[in-house]
Amino acid sequence: MEGNWALARKRRTLEQRARIVQTIRAFFMERGYLEVETPHRIPGNAPECHIDPVGSDGWFLHTSPELCMKRLLAAGYPRLFQICRCWRSDERGGRHLPEFTMLEWYAADRDYHFLMEECEALLTTLVPSGTLTWQGETLHLAPPWERLTVAEAFARHADLSVAEALAADRFDEVLTEKVEPHLGRQRPTLLYEYPATLAALARRHPRRPDVAERFELYLAGLELANAFSELTDVTEQRARFRADEAARRAAGKRPVPEPEKFLEELSAMPPAAGIALGLDRLVMLLTDAATIDEVVAFTPELL
Amino acid sequence: MLTCSDLRKGTKLMIDGEPHVIVQFDFTKPGKGQALYKCKLRNMITGSLFDRTYRSGESFEPAALSEREMQYLYQDESGYVFMDQKSFEQVTLSEEALGDQKYFLIDNMEVKILMFGERAIGITLPNFVNLRVTSADPWVKGDTAAGNNKPATVETGYNLQVPSFVEEGILIQIDTRSGEYVTRVKE
Repeated sequence: MEGNWALARKRRTLEQRARIVQTIRAFFMERGYLEVETPHRIPGNAPECHIDPVGSDGWFLHTSPELCMKRLLAAGYPRLFQICRCWRSDERGGRHLPEFTMLEWYAADRDYHFLMEECEALLTTLVPSGTLTWQGETLHLAPPWERLTVAEAFARHADLSVAEALAADRFDEVLTEKVEPHLGRQRPTLLYEYPATLAALARRHPRRPDVAERFELYLAGLELANAFSELTDVTEQRARFRADEAARRAAGKRPVPEPEKFLEELSAMPPAAGIALGLDRLVMLLTDAATIDEVVAFTPELL
Repeated sequence: MLTCSDLRKGTKLMIDGEPHVIVQFDFTKPGKGQALYKCKLRNMITGSLFDRTYRSGESFEPAALSEREMQYLYQDESGYVFMDQKSFEQVTLSEEALGDQKYFLIDNMEVKILMFGERAIGITLPNFVNLRVTSADPWVKGDTAAGNNKPATVETGYNLQVPSFVEEGILIQIDTRSGEYVTRVKE
């Protein structure tokens, strides 16, 4: 029997992936971040309308390490990063795996503008030449990157406003079909100031409470990261969790428990900024891979 | 009924009373938003292609198709001809109805004919088929990296990527669902 070629042919990409992960670790350690490992299996995730956790012996596999990492922030750890597997039920496409690798990092006493700059620095470190070619498109990574509000992006690329899209329950569809394809062309785009209703764990803008301090990073139309100035108001966080959980149940989804310990300790959390970056997608960009399948050894279909 | 999580390349759905097959599929999801299921569908009766995007929560009627075991006989100007080995009844399918599946047909191969009522509208192939390589670049001496690949053509005219050690004349196994090389076949 000859070796499995579907695995063997990925060798070069997997070698590059290993080097990318090492560079990322060095980047964060140099900046004073502590690498942590939090449990993959937890009693419950933050309830989200459109993210379904995978059950595990009465508990759940985490959909992101955010709750445990914020509890560490609240306990006084100022700078944290983690590279870990996350699970999201039924997410499988050219850019999605139901089990994928997340890079998350948190900085106390900073807001999301700081993380925008840190994304610029991370990509510049990973691509010293400052130029990246992905699927025939050349991207220039020299900072500062384009910063575009969600309202501006809709005005530029969609035929209806953010308010109209929200009222028609078409925000996600318009964002995906009309807006995203234009983002991060030639250079990265930081899409920011999301409607407050679409950012369950983000702080509201201090002067404009209709928008939340949330951004997403796009390169060549590919969504790479989601960041918040973290919400630290326990009462508001609990109310948002309950609203999201009510929406989940109304949609017939499996109930999830309220993250009680997280809510208890949130009051001790300093102002902070946090970001989740899809590591597999970052590797796709850096290795010129067309699909997420090419950058992991095993897809579910190969098991 | 089927749900969005059943949608993938090859899923067969009933739309407006006619069977359709998903020929291209992608799942997308913005940020923390709602999942979208982007499908390119082929009407299995008319052959027409179109794009449709579904949102999570939608449900679908599976295509009501039956299957009949038949043997592939030959191709002529009318199309691809199959025969029921028991009744000796023959059916003909067009090139469009088969798509890339035409590359994986071997004379006398047993396939399942998909029937919509009395009408043959498609086939289900065995998952794996063995085909001979008719053209491939020679194996460069010293290229021992198992992961290296190169283009090759097999006897049916199908082009695919194969490992660098696969040479002209070799029999290879192909996965008919993905169209990809699996392994060399010992003869």
